[in-house]
Amino acid sequence: MAEMDTSSGGGHKKGPGVKKQKKLSTRVDLTPMVDLGFLLITFFIFTTTMSQPTSMQLFLPKDTDKPEEQNKLKESGALTLMLGKNNVVYYYEGQLLPDGSNFKTTGFKDVRNIILDKKRSTDPKDFMVVIKADNEATYKNTVDILDEMTINDVKRYALVDIAPVEVQLIRATEGADSRK
Amino acid sequence: MPKIKIPRKSTNIDMTAMCDVAFLLLSFFILATQFKPAEALEVQTPTSVQTTVAEMKNVVMITIDKSGRVFYSLSDDLGAKDNNFKAEVIEAVNEAKNLNLTAQEKAMFSFPGYYIGVPFSQLKSALQKSPEQLAGMNLPGIPVTDTLNNELQVWMRATVDVMQGKTMNLLVKGDNESKYPTFKAVMDAFKKNELFKFKMVTNPEGVPPGSELAKKARAESH
Repeated sequence: MAEMDTSSGGGHKKGPGVKKQKKLSTRVDLTPMVDLGFLLITFFIFTTTMSQPTSMQLFLPKDTDKPEEQNKLKESGALTLMLGKNNVVYYYEGQLLPDGSNFKTTGFKDVRNIILDKKRSTDPKDFMVVIKADNEATYKNTVDILDEMTINDVKRYALVDIAPVEVQLIRATEGADSRK
Repeated sequence: MPKIKIPRKSTNIDMTAMCDVAFLLLSFFILATQFKPAEALEVQTPTSVQTTVAEMKNVVMITIDKSGRVFYSLSDDLGAKDNNFKAEVIEAVNEAKNLNLTAQEKAMFSFPGYYIGVPFSQLKSALQKSPEQLAGMNLPGIPVTDTLNNELQVWMRATVDVMQGKTMNLLVKGDNESKYPTFKAVMDAFKKNELFKFKMVTNPEGVPPGSELAKKARAESH
């Protein structure tokens, strides 16, 4: 410790009455510069690898009018998800009942649980998710729902046109919600 | 304080060498960073858990921006001198729609970075501008929403005819805010031309922990 003291200082009082030394230390502590250097390195390490955009594959079914070519869909195993305005998802299981009693509303956070519940309670070969988007749904909603299919390992799903009766139900539900 | 004092030696380490190495590494990474090409169209793509990297070669790119305008472009390697697919596409469109394009206007389409964002009625004047000039203009986009006149279908038809036999990477890059009807119209244009497989460009996203996909990934890696 005594050694460090004498080397870092410019000079010490050796005794009473000694003139103050005019030499100043030329030693610069380079630690902060090295810190910044490493910070910049880590920044560039992370930015060079992460900038490649990924792609999501989508297969479209052929539009056929022949009933024998259309997929046989067991009604009880089907879960229909409808994408509406403002990231709202409507859903029903099986067939849509005439009085609309099984038409329910949810958001993107809960849709995963709904898909998983339906998946667990259905036979794997009957389970299918039907996705319909209305005119107010955004592209992000579509990609997010397709992502949910991959996350939840849903083997069969289809992106189809929405039926007019469903559009009416959605409008009615939106109207009821806004009046609340 | 310990009673026995350990004689200490000077701990001054010369940090010059480490500093040199740090700056060498920094210079390497600065030079190795590839900046994304400045895009004329600002598109914010949604995130997805997909891990396959988007391809850059032989790309037919359909871009949908946030107001629902549709743009069509081909990757620059398709405009190569000896195998100019771009020239063939513009020629096919010229004949199909009787646009009477001059050779110079057709050559402009093969220019790297050129993209189509106008209906056929404005195509002739749009081809007189360079990509930099296009970026400044407010293009209306290719009309797709009218089911009877889906112009993208004509473009895709020309592309399919020209690229017969060659593997084509069909990519759709849509903005988060664009609405579903535009995307549906783009898919219809593909379906009418028997294009059933395409990819959507997304940003990478982490797999949610505890989900089925995470379990599958763990099972596969073991």
